[in-house]
Amino acid sequence: MQNMLTIISSALCRITGKNVLLIDLSEYVNLTSAAAPALARTQRQPPKPPPGARVVVSRSFADFTPQATFDIKKCDLHRLEEGPSQKAELTREQGLQYYRTMQTVRRMELKADQLYKQKIIRGFCHLYDGQEACAAGIEAAINPSDHLITAYRAHGYTYTRGVPVKEILAELTGRKGGVAKGKGGSMHMYAPHFYGGNGIVGAQVPLGAGIALACQYQGNNQICVTLYGDGAANQGQLFESFNMAALWKLPCIFICENNKYGMGTSVERASASTDYYKRGDFIPGMRVDGMDVLCVREATKFAADHCRSGKGPIIMELQTYRYHGHSMSDPGVSYRTREEIQEVRSKSDPISVLKERMLSNNMASAEEFKEIDIEIRKEVEDAAQFATSDPEPPLEELCNHIFYNSPPLEVRGTHPWSKLKSTS
Amino acid sequence: MTHSDPYINRSADWSKPTDLGGGSAFSPAEDRLKMAASLKCFLRSGKNAVSALRRREFHRSAPAAVQMTVRDALNQAMDEELERDERVFLMGEEVAQYDGAYKVSRGLWKKYGDKRIIDTPITEMGFAGIAVGAAMAGLRPICEFMTFNFSMQAIDQVINSAAKTYYMSAGLQPVPIVFRGPNGASAGVAAQHSQCFAAWYAHCPGLKVVSPWNSEDAKGLLKSAIRDDNPVVFLENELMYGVPFEMSEESQSKDFTVPIGKAKVERQGNHVTVVSHSRYVSHCLDAAAVLAKEGIECEVVNLRTIRPMDVESIETSVMKTNHLVTVEGGWPQFGVGAEICARIMEGPAFNYLDSPVTRVTGVDIPMPYAKILEDHSLPQIKDIIFSIKKTLNV
Repeated sequence: MQNMLTIISSALCRITGKNVLLIDLSEYVNLTSAAAPALARTQRQPPKPPPGARVVVSRSFADFTPQATFDIKKCDLHRLEEGPSQKAELTREQGLQYYRTMQTVRRMELKADQLYKQKIIRGFCHLYDGQEACAAGIEAAINPSDHLITAYRAHGYTYTRGVPVKEILAELTGRKGGVAKGKGGSMHMYAPHFYGGNGIVGAQVPLGAGIALACQYQGNNQICVTLYGDGAANQGQLFESFNMAALWKLPCIFICENNKYGMGTSVERASASTDYYKRGDFIPGMRVDGMDVLCVREATKFAADHCRSGKGPIIMELQTYRYHGHSMSDPGVSYRTREEIQEVRSKSDPISVLKERMLSNNMASAEEFKEIDIEIRKEVEDAAQFATSDPEPPLEELCNHIFYNSPPLEVRGTHPWSKLKSTS
Repeated sequence: MTHSDPYINRSADWSKPTDLGGGSAFSPAEDRLKMAASLKCFLRSGKNAVSALRRREFHRSAPAAVQMTVRDALNQAMDEELERDERVFLMGEEVAQYDGAYKVSRGLWKKYGDKRIIDTPITEMGFAGIAVGAAMAGLRPICEFMTFNFSMQAIDQVINSAAKTYYMSAGLQPVPIVFRGPNGASAGVAAQHSQCFAAWYAHCPGLKVVSPWNSEDAKGLLKSAIRDDNPVVFLENELMYGVPFEMSEESQSKDFTVPIGKAKVERQGNHVTVVSHSRYVSHCLDAAAVLAKEGIECEVVNLRTIRPMDVESIETSVMKTNHLVTVEGGWPQFGVGAEICARIMEGPAFNYLDSPVTRVTGVDIPMPYAKILEDHSLPQIKDIIFSIKKTLNV
């Protein structure tokens, strides 16, 4: 076994260019198996990997379950004969991937909270912790070539759409290493096929329908996922978008992230109808458990198939919850009780739910999760370090990026003698 | 008139007289204005129009100058750009099957079909947002507002989603879109349908704001606007749609564009600089013709672009004439004329002024309906003449 692992190790090193050390899982078994608590106390350490190496745990007989099928909550349906599957398959890799994604978003948001309290982040900061299953589940169901647009609670999506934590945090702290060079801030982060980050409530919904129009026009079989909140769900421009999307059969998934509160106003106080999945009227809809990443994934897959088959738009309402207040300036307890927040945290936390599922089905070990947590903590810590030490954008950048592909122009400064230069 | 000349007939499509009979969207006022304008056009054009008729130059291979209305020039611009680039499409109310509320998009739906020419429901905020989203995802939409008054319903999408995005994204997300439609006063359409939005849009960084006067302006600037990779607000004027102008040879080419950001001196003069945009350029030229008889030579500058404004052209002119009068249809406060005054004051031309700048503007009231009141709400030629004389102290 050891020989084979050495051979595979060196092959992997050549392929990946990284230093890889394969360790037989049996080295760990005695440490973690509950059946031998006495042995666990003996300080048996796995072989130390060479510096800079990545530890890859190999498969062996005492293996984890590679794949399992889970029952997921049924979705309430509107104008749909059938809904998404009530069974979700999950492989070990996928599970660890989703865990990693959600945990990264969680830790990143908590780090942002910290930095905001230290006044290193200023202005608006709308945090996504509690809602991670939505971003992770959606991304798992669509392709990178599909499109996504959301409102201002956007850090999670910015990450799932491919922007590194470091660039997100640096954008929050307003440094030149930020994804928008520090010029956008919390609500204006962009990436290929990710259109922000939009500050005006509801304005992103017509934009999303327009992106879907472009997909249809170009015939590229891509779709657009357009997100909005329960607060935005009453905006007139949404209904204008629903009308045109349905009329022209645009490949658009409209997703309402219902976290029960539009800023400080509960859904019952804001909406005459809180069945957000039905608000599209002539557009079919589903109500989905937004705290379960598998539920979100299955529903999004179903919705994506619906759009790609030319049936037109579809609405998903994700029932989810945010632990933080609306933004950093909202403690979040004047319009809801701490008990409510605590209850959601203990019973429905999306990360815990996934972890429990995987542990109880022997798909991974607590150790592994811990390892992942440590890695993520380090990643976020390093990112925060970068975000606090990177310099602010230079003043020469002030007037750039007014126009694209245009000759340089002169921009008036604060007084007539201040003639600033703007380049594309 | 010019139809007998074989060279002119070569671009026969464009020289067909505009058919006003079909649509009920035109006012008799427009017809009267159109006829008056055709006459004025001949009187005012630099070349002798009569000699153009008589020209029989068989050795010339290109057609001579042709008459085209502003409407047809806009139509031709869009047609050429739709043909040139597949990503260009037009959306708005009644642009397709109705041929356009003002017939500006006549024939385009027949030629290009549903995919490229899209009729929208009456939902400005929605379809302006959809157009902006399509631009973000790689298309090049022309979003028509039936009039710019209705753009107020969608102004958030124009400003916050279109104008600011390239900057907010630090260059990651351009928005190549044109918002076009008639702007300013028409005839008898009263307060809610007569506002001029030049100052409103020109206030915002990230937008280009263009205001053509004649057919060459209309064609060349619209082509430039469509080819521009940035959001452009294209302010047309309903009363100018039916007015024919001579189109130079150059302007008949499919690649003819007028650069955004450069003004044009329509008439040379030494005594006073008169700066205007859109329909009022006509008024200024008329005033100049009258004043010429009294020995006052006006230099008439057609802004063509409101933002970025070609202040240099104005300054060059002012440094020659030492007097400046601005003429616009919009309201005085915080308007185009106000901006010109401020910019002249801040620049080298201030020292050349022999008198303060005069602004001729619309009256500072919502537009009334009754004809006599409406006529007195907007600058008339006599107001321009009066103002010029006052500025010159004659």
